[in-house]
Amino acid sequence: MLTVLFDGIASGALLFLLALGLSITLGIMNFVNLAHGAFAMSGGYVAVVLLNRWGVPFLYCLPVAFVVPALAGVVLERTLYVRLYNANPLDQVLFTIGIVFASMATASYFMGSQHQIIQVPPFLHGQFHVLAGFDIGIYRLFLLGLCGLIALFLHLVLMRTRFGSQLRAAVDNGRIARGLGINVNRLFAITFGMGSGLAGLGGALGIEILNLDPVFPVKFLVYFLIVVAVGGTGTVSGPLAAALILGIFDVAGKYYISQIGAFIIYAVMIVVLIWRPQGLFGRRAVH
Amino acid sequence: MTADYKLRYAPEADRLKAAASWRPPEVAFWLLAVAAYFLLPRHLVLLSRVAVMGLFALSLDLILGYAGIISLGHAAFFGLGGYAAGILAQHGWGEPLSGLVVGGLVAALLGFATSFLVLRGSDLTRLMVTLGICLMLFEVANKIRWLTGGADGLQGISLWPILGIWSFDLYGRTAYGYSIIVLFLIFLLARRVIHSPYGLALRGIKENERRMHALGTPVVRRLVVAYTMAAGMAGLAGALLTQTTQFVSLDVLSFGKSAEVLLILVLGGSGTLYGGLIGSLALIVAQYLLSGISPEYWQFWIGIAFIALVFLARGGLMGLAQGALALLHARWHGRETPSRG
Amino acid sequence: MMDRLSFRLVVAALALGVLMSTGAYAQQPLKIGLILPMTGPFASTGRQVTAAVKLYIAEHGDVVAGRKIEVLLRDDTNAPETTKRFAQELVTNDHAEILTGFGLTPLAFAAAPIATAAKVPMIVMSAGTLVIPEKSPYILRTSFTLPQQSAPIAAWATKHGINKVFTLVTDYAPGIDAETTFNNVFKANGGQIVGEARVPAQNPDYAPFIQRAKDAKPDALFVFVPSGEGAAVMKQFAERGLAKAGIKLIGPGDVTDDDILDSMGDAAIGTITSHFYSAAHPSAENKAYVAAIEKANPGMRPNFMSVGGWDGMELIYEVLKKTNGSTDGDKFIAAAKGLSWVSPRGKVTIDPRTRDIIQDVYMREVKRVSGHLYNVEFDQVASVAPDGK
Repeated sequence: MLTVLFDGIASGALLFLLALGLSITLGIMNFVNLAHGAFAMSGGYVAVVLLNRWGVPFLYCLPVAFVVPALAGVVLERTLYVRLYNANPLDQVLFTIGIVFASMATASYFMGSQHQIIQVPPFLHGQFHVLAGFDIGIYRLFLLGLCGLIALFLHLVLMRTRFGSQLRAAVDNGRIARGLGINVNRLFAITFGMGSGLAGLGGALGIEILNLDPVFPVKFLVYFLIVVAVGGTGTVSGPLAAALILGIFDVAGKYYISQIGAFIIYAVMIVVLIWRPQGLFGRRAVH
Repeated sequence: MTADYKLRYAPEADRLKAAASWRPPEVAFWLLAVAAYFLLPRHLVLLSRVAVMGLFALSLDLILGYAGIISLGHAAFFGLGGYAAGILAQHGWGEPLSGLVVGGLVAALLGFATSFLVLRGSDLTRLMVTLGICLMLFEVANKIRWLTGGADGLQGISLWPILGIWSFDLYGRTAYGYSIIVLFLIFLLARRVIHSPYGLALRGIKENERRMHALGTPVVRRLVVAYTMAAGMAGLAGALLTQTTQFVSLDVLSFGKSAEVLLILVLGGSGTLYGGLIGSLALIVAQYLLSGISPEYWQFWIGIAFIALVFLARGGLMGLAQGALALLHARWHGRETPSRG
Repeated sequence: MMDRLSFRLVVAALALGVLMSTGAYAQQPLKIGLILPMTGPFASTGRQVTAAVKLYIAEHGDVVAGRKIEVLLRDDTNAPETTKRFAQELVTNDHAEILTGFGLTPLAFAAAPIATAAKVPMIVMSAGTLVIPEKSPYILRTSFTLPQQSAPIAAWATKHGINKVFTLVTDYAPGIDAETTFNNVFKANGGQIVGEARVPAQNPDYAPFIQRAKDAKPDALFVFVPSGEGAAVMKQFAERGLAKAGIKLIGPGDVTDDDILDSMGDAAIGTITSHFYSAAHPSAENKAYVAAIEKANPGMRPNFMSVGGWDGMELIYEVLKKTNGSTDGDKFIAAAKGLSWVSPRGKVTIDPRTRDIIQDVYMREVKRVSGHLYNVEFDQVASVAPDGK
């Protein structure tokens, strides 16, 4: 039972890392970036290439898996995304889906369509036994620890730094933020880059757990959207709580009531959204 | 008093009447659809699918383009209608028209039941609730194998001839004729609704819901009716697909299907009634052609095409067409750029 | 006398006339519709079968019984409605005379009515559910069936100290076939099923199910997943320490798919499976086949899907020779019944009663051979019928 709980928490932590960028993008730019999964996927593939083709140790692959999608994100944001901020949301949907398709086909072309298999370093293998019926997977523990640190770091940045307060201001009311002299465009670029980078890192960490293949952006888009909708935008704790809840219910559901499995998380999501339409921790944003 | 009223509002009334009248391009479109039966006999299977997806997209346009409700789960109604018709046929009742009606009614019922959930909250909430409902329905269908065939799909669907005369043939002739006629009839209905006072109220709600409340419009009732109608239409489309292909699988309830119809509508241009039809034609034909050239990498070129389209014209293909027509019109009349109004 | 121009025109006309008349006497090209998932999660099946088909034509030429073979490849993206549409179009628009491919069961089910309506031979190269040939009298199969592949491992298990098994299969027809057959044979031999799980066919997540298997403390875990999914299962099997807990991994050979076996790492070593094809099968035909595939497709090791494609083409060619190039549905099927040949996998026969494939099934263990992982055969059951008996 405890193993299942732990697995669910680790799963949720990974999901948080993956989905946080989407939450921020939606909150600050009011732009539903359906291509978010593509950045996650690119981070994963970068790690695979480094690990499998060039033999770079796993831990060194992680920062690169952050940086490459982050840079790609900044470049795309400044060149293409920025032109669509005032566009009809439907045009934004068409655009981001175009990016998803192109990225999925590119991944398939260069990397093949099968699940990517990597070997994580031996010190991350296996489990250790804590109690009867409670085994902690070492890789999942590592994942949990890393995501926890990042969550803490981001929370501090958001709440204790000037950059963070500017970000929160821009989420609350972009127009007034601009009026106050906050360089909202630069903010957009930096946060988009960071969100994409975090997604890429999540993609790399997730190869072991979630299976990386070219269909990744579409397969997990639903999960990301659920985390963002349930967690609300504008905070770090919101998506974190939502992701943990989602992870636990998903894993526990599949373990205990495998006949309905995934049904549970959708039901939970609908219930939460009916009860609190702005999400668990969301603030009603004014744009 | 009445005469005064008519005099004062004549221009507006005329404008509305003009908008509701049939323009040459529209007539041409439907004539072409009929001509396709004779001119393209080898592609009727593909064109049937275009008609079905066009009807599906039209139903989404009703709520998205005109009522402003964003739905990522419209396939729930499409799939429900499809399975209803399929299960009916599989159990021996193969009469097509009644199967069609059953599909539409069942879907409309679900639409009515879930409409109240959908009307709360922001756009993102609606997006997720509609998506959630669709996904839940998918999971249920997956699990009740004994009824739906589960992941393997429902087989053994055979249909009786339509009105006892036209049976479904291998070349897709009956399927196409059936699909186009159903599409046209439903289209006429939708067109009537859009240009009616009710349709105007819907558009008002999309533009500014608060003001409509202030005007005394029963907003919730209007939206519920719209949502139910759209659900019913989607169910009809689903039933049509099942009947013309004699097959239904979980695919019709998937997130992918919801995304596909949204994509088709956006591609074609929402809020224009024809956007769904044009988008369906464009996407399905493009997919077919590109897939033939490069079976593995057609996705890449479709993605690039979408990105290019967004930057070339807003409002999808209809937007592109309207922009181009406006430009031509302006040039024809000696102006550099299209004038306003 | 004609002037030079007229003379040249007459010669040209005569030449054209001769060419056209020979054209009229030569037979029409024979178009074969090949419908496979080339994109999406099962693209590896499409890739493997296509490679085998291309190799077969390259080695045997593209003319058979006086007719030129033309293969029309279609990507159905693993969507049954697309498979059906392509089957319909291939038959009506492109005048395909044979339909083949069909990467998974739902895809084969969807296309079956088309074969019946058009009276076109339909050769299933990949799908594995038992009842597929019953869906149309024009279906022949050169792949395998799950009961055929699951019965031997069930029998083997009871003879080798495995008394308690947890079964884990994908929730669609082949998975249910595998689970049912394994249950029947295993229990008939005195075994006990301590638990079972069915994983959804879309977006499967194996972790919770494998954890449940571990908690049930069986002697072995029986797994069936479609081709390509084995890596994910192996990963979870290793990570949760099932091997350390003394649980063996058994099943039909889909879980140790040759296409990805080598990248599964040491976790796969010791897995016992029963299957009809291993790239390590030590016959001369197979060695030549593997070498040829690897040469034409660098980096790709042929798997059981590819050999289904190879044998599908062999079946087509041999039957065409017997029917003298005719693809008339009834003639073709009649000529195919009872046909037998030596394939890279071993000896195969088309069962006249079921139009399905009878073949030898081998017991194999995953071992590291000269640095790479292979399914090494150590025993075999000869001529297993499609229903596993």
